[in-house]
Amino acid sequence: MNDVADVALRLLIVFVVFLAFPLIVGQTEHKVMAHMQGRLGPMYAGGFHGWAQLVADGVKFAQKEDVVPAGADRRVFQLAPAVALLPYLLVLLVIPIGPGEGAVGQVIDAGVFFVLAVMGVGVLGALMAGWASANKFSLLGGLRTAAQLLAYELPMLLAAASVAMAAGTVSLPGILDAFHWWWLPWQIVGAVVFFVAGLAELQRPPFDMPVADSEIIFGAYTEYTGLRFALFLLAEYAGIVVLCGLTTVLFLGGWHGPWGADGLGWVWTLLKTAVLAFVVIWLRVTYPRLREDQLQKLSWTLLVPLALAQIALTGIVKVVIS
Amino acid sequence: MNLAAQTHGFLSPTGVEIAFLLVGLATFGAALVTVTTKQLVHAALWLVVTLGGLAVEYLLLTAEFIAWVQVLIYVGSVVVLLLFGLMLTKAPIGRSPDADSPNRWAALAVAVVAAAALVWVVADAFRTTWIDLDGTAAGTTRVTGEYLFRNWVLPFEALSVLLLAALVGAIVLSRKAKADAAGPPGRTATTPTPADGGGDRAPTPGDSDRAPTPGDSDRAPTPGDSDRTPAPGGGDRTTTPRGGDRSAEEGAR
Repeated sequence: MNDVADVALRLLIVFVVFLAFPLIVGQTEHKVMAHMQGRLGPMYAGGFHGWAQLVADGVKFAQKEDVVPAGADRRVFQLAPAVALLPYLLVLLVIPIGPGEGAVGQVIDAGVFFVLAVMGVGVLGALMAGWASANKFSLLGGLRTAAQLLAYELPMLLAAASVAMAAGTVSLPGILDAFHWWWLPWQIVGAVVFFVAGLAELQRPPFDMPVADSEIIFGAYTEYTGLRFALFLLAEYAGIVVLCGLTTVLFLGGWHGPWGADGLGWVWTLLKTAVLAFVVIWLRVTYPRLREDQLQKLSWTLLVPLALAQIALTGIVKVVIS
Repeated sequence: MNLAAQTHGFLSPTGVEIAFLLVGLATFGAALVTVTTKQLVHAALWLVVTLGGLAVEYLLLTAEFIAWVQVLIYVGSVVVLLLFGLMLTKAPIGRSPDADSPNRWAALAVAVVAAAALVWVVADAFRTTWIDLDGTAAGTTRVTGEYLFRNWVLPFEALSVLLLAALVGAIVLSRKAKADAAGPPGRTATTPTPADGGGDRAPTPGDSDRAPTPGDSDRAPTPGDSDRTPAPGGGDRTTTPRGGDRSAEEGAR
């Protein structure tokens, strides 16, 4: 009974985090973007600085009619948002936020592989949506999504492999247990590659060619309305949370901090994740969209070689210090 | 793991075994649908279910590492590549009348023979192997890694050389195709000079491939509509005329 309660509590906490954190990131994005552009952003919903704007958006989405285009492949069209969203929920389950058994939903032996594998599945949702919509813009979006995923999956994997090599384990808590502060400069190239490739996998600006709203009208999501569209948006923001959390755990030392590692470790994890999420928003406001060929070129001629160089460096240092 | 280690009779299977059987049946069903469905993209999506079911089977066999690698490589990459190819060439919504191959009985025979050979070889090879279930689970990452890099280093390295050869082969093929495409004096061969000389973007050939995509091709579900493929844009992107501009742009970035 105690075990059941424990599992239920963990699942509940992860679920609440899964619902709350993306909204917090979304609201932060509203406000940060607004202030960077000399606006105020949402100010009315909820009273205090428009804190309830996304709740109001959610209510609006729920009220809208759920339209499926006549020519669409109905079942695939309706299934796609779930395929896009659920993997991030699963990934959130294994990200440790503090030391010990108590601060992670479920310890998985091959954590790095699990996380990358399941995140890759999420992109299938966008592909399904793009194909099933029976819309040429959606199909273009789906194509671009697939091309982008194929290009950026590799550097992401290689960068993660570098950390796994350094730690000698592929378990996420294991990697954090092995972390020392000097890993930060040692793995910094891998960290940048991982973060950039992750951004591209999430199709966040400046890598938002697949959803480019000003040319292919949000790509794979063109035909979606109401709750299903909201689920896709939620998937994007859940993806930001997951990516920032993963970068924190793999490269920035997770719960390790200059002080207060015992007891306050989870604060460090959340703080680093929040800073990275801010960077994600900042990049969106700062950089223009990359063209499709620039996207491919960036991945194959810059990120992949950098990741390989990082792996070589990791191997050399590992051999030297052991 | 602990459940499986207990002794039990032939007709009193454990929960893990029941789950294994049920997942196996579901996987088999999904595989059947994959090869029999008349809708191309549905076949690819059922393939996802099949491969995912296989991953669950690996999990139930405590081969956790293999399970996640299966998801990562097959679901995450191979199927995405497959879908990309389908969307790029022909992905009609609804049934494809030409989805049936006249070779299907020969294909079935080959599949059955291949499956029989695999089952026979694996069963024969591991018939006398004694697996110790009391230690750490034999499929964990650590055990798999130690096994792989202590006992099977040579096959592992041979495989990686094979993959490298395939990689080099793919690059050679793609470069050759590019050289062939640029070789004959066609539409692309006439365009380079103005763009290289002045670098001006005014002439139409340079602009025509800037907006290659939507055009007027409607996404009609007819399988034979060839103008939906974004080939004209894709072909021009790799040729020289705009390459000069592009690298200049990127240098400025």
